Amino acid sequence: MAHSAVVSSEQYNYDIVKKFAIAAIVWGIAGMTAGVYIASELAWPFLNFDLAQITFGRLRPVHTSGVIFGFGGNALFATSYYIVQRTCQARLIGGKFWPEFTFWGWNLALAVGGIGYLFGITQGREYAEPEWYVDLAITVVWVVYFILYTGTLMRRNQPHIYVANWFFMSFILATALLHIFNNLAMPISLTSVHSYSLFSGVQDAMTQWWYGHNAVGFFLTAAFLGMMYYFVPKQAGRPVYSYRLSIVHFWALSFMYMWVGTHHLHWTAIPDWTSTLAATFSILLLMPSWGGMINGIMTLSGAWDKLRTDPIMMFLITSLSFYGMSTFEGPMMSLKSVNALSHYTDWTVGHVHSGALGWVAMVSIGSFYHMIPRIWNTTLYSTKLVYNHFFLATIGVILYITSMWVAGIGQGLMLRAFDQYGNLAFSFIETVSFMHVPYIFRAIGGMFFVAGMLVMAYNIYMTIARARQEVPATTTATPVQA
Amino acid sequence: MLATWWAWITDLGNSKIVSLLIFFFTFISIVLYVYTNKARSERLESYRYLPLMDDDAPKPPAQQASPKRDEK
Repeated sequence: MAHSAVVSSEQYNYDIVKKFAIAAIVWGIAGMTAGVYIASELAWPFLNFDLAQITFGRLRPVHTSGVIFGFGGNALFATSYYIVQRTCQARLIGGKFWPEFTFWGWNLALAVGGIGYLFGITQGREYAEPEWYVDLAITVVWVVYFILYTGTLMRRNQPHIYVANWFFMSFILATALLHIFNNLAMPISLTSVHSYSLFSGVQDAMTQWWYGHNAVGFFLTAAFLGMMYYFVPKQAGRPVYSYRLSIVHFWALSFMYMWVGTHHLHWTAIPDWTSTLAATFSILLLMPSWGGMINGIMTLSGAWDKLRTDPIMMFLITSLSFYGMSTFEGPMMSLKSVNALSHYTDWTVGHVHSGALGWVAMVSIGSFYHMIPRIWNTTLYSTKLVYNHFFLATIGVILYITSMWVAGIGQGLMLRAFDQYGNLAFSFIETVSFMHVPYIFRAIGGMFFVAGMLVMAYNIYMTIARARQEVPATTTATPVQA
Repeated sequence: MLATWWAWITDLGNSKIVSLLIFFFTFISIVLYVYTNKARSERLESYRYLPLMDDDAPKPPAQQASPKRDEK
């Protein structure tokens, strides 16, 4: 067993996987802490301290970019580089330089973009806030990533490309397409940090939400499904429930996701048919989403006891449950009648976090607990801490989404209420006052989740520290074994 | 002829229907391909085991430490 692990570390490029994995945890803690801070600002406004750089509007994109692209992006780079090498049984192409280029390029672009947000440098496009110079840097990094990934697939020693790689390829290609078209803009000048979008009016809004929802679909869903299709079977020690279902899952998602973005613009100036089309495809998406969830959960068929005994499995299966829940809630909210209540309320924020914390973060955390000991050729420092992390994270997510349901649905009902004379029954400030208590619980939920991430960071730090101590012992022992 | 076809396909009213039909029948073909032939189904299902073929479970710390003790 030890021999195979040593061979693995020589056969595969694990250095780059390690770098991305550590960066993901660092970004995760930083981005989620920013999230807790802005959630606290909404509950206790004195936390703004009259400093423009730390107000909600400036810090919010730091939070979203930090967790989506910092935590999520680095986690995807790490796991995709790990999975493509192991399922193709081939070393990552590009030698040492090009994978490192993707690491430094990606993280520097995020850092430069993030610092810019604090000073108000933003395109004002949700999840695509970086200005033109950062967009160009990201494009170069992404093209290199695409070449490294496809090049490694082409040199595979397996005749078949495992389905997880299909999801990753779909993610890489779709993200390239989305990033390029949504960021088409003209810089004000080559020395200016600001630019002007190529699109205007309703086309601009539709392009933005074509990007926005497909970022959810291909960045936050397809890619993490790739992660799921590898790590759930690995951790369960059993093959995925149905390979054929995974193929249909892949193609159904790929065909349908591109059409649904306009459901973010219901009841606006867009043509009504685009709204109906988006809602229809959103409902259709429920089928592949639940097909994939069932495929993942049923992988445990015959080994359900692992849900009691294996905290990593608990993370992975709970993430799939949240995936199922948020992919039911999403189509429901895309119905125009439901959207009339939910849109512009905190229900949307709760829905996003049910997917982002419950699905994306939990599947990443479970995958990391599986992968990190293997790439450092050791075992986890503490399984008990993984249990603690699991319960902190689960309580955090539940507190978050339930408080946002209360805040959002209450807010929606209040905004729509009329008195007997047809006047609005509540003023805006009354809705703000109503949401104060749920906002406090939301902030506490976020604190639980961040506390779990800190437990993880400690556990991973100790795991790596112990692995480093073990290396000299193994090296010294080699002649004796020989 | 080509100009007529080009004018027809660039009309969004036509191209949207054409793309819908192409996507719909491609997807139905994929589903039929995946589920209809028994031998093909067995071959596809055999790929389920691919992630498990590379197994390298990490060794427990006790095993890692033991060679050092042996050396002493």
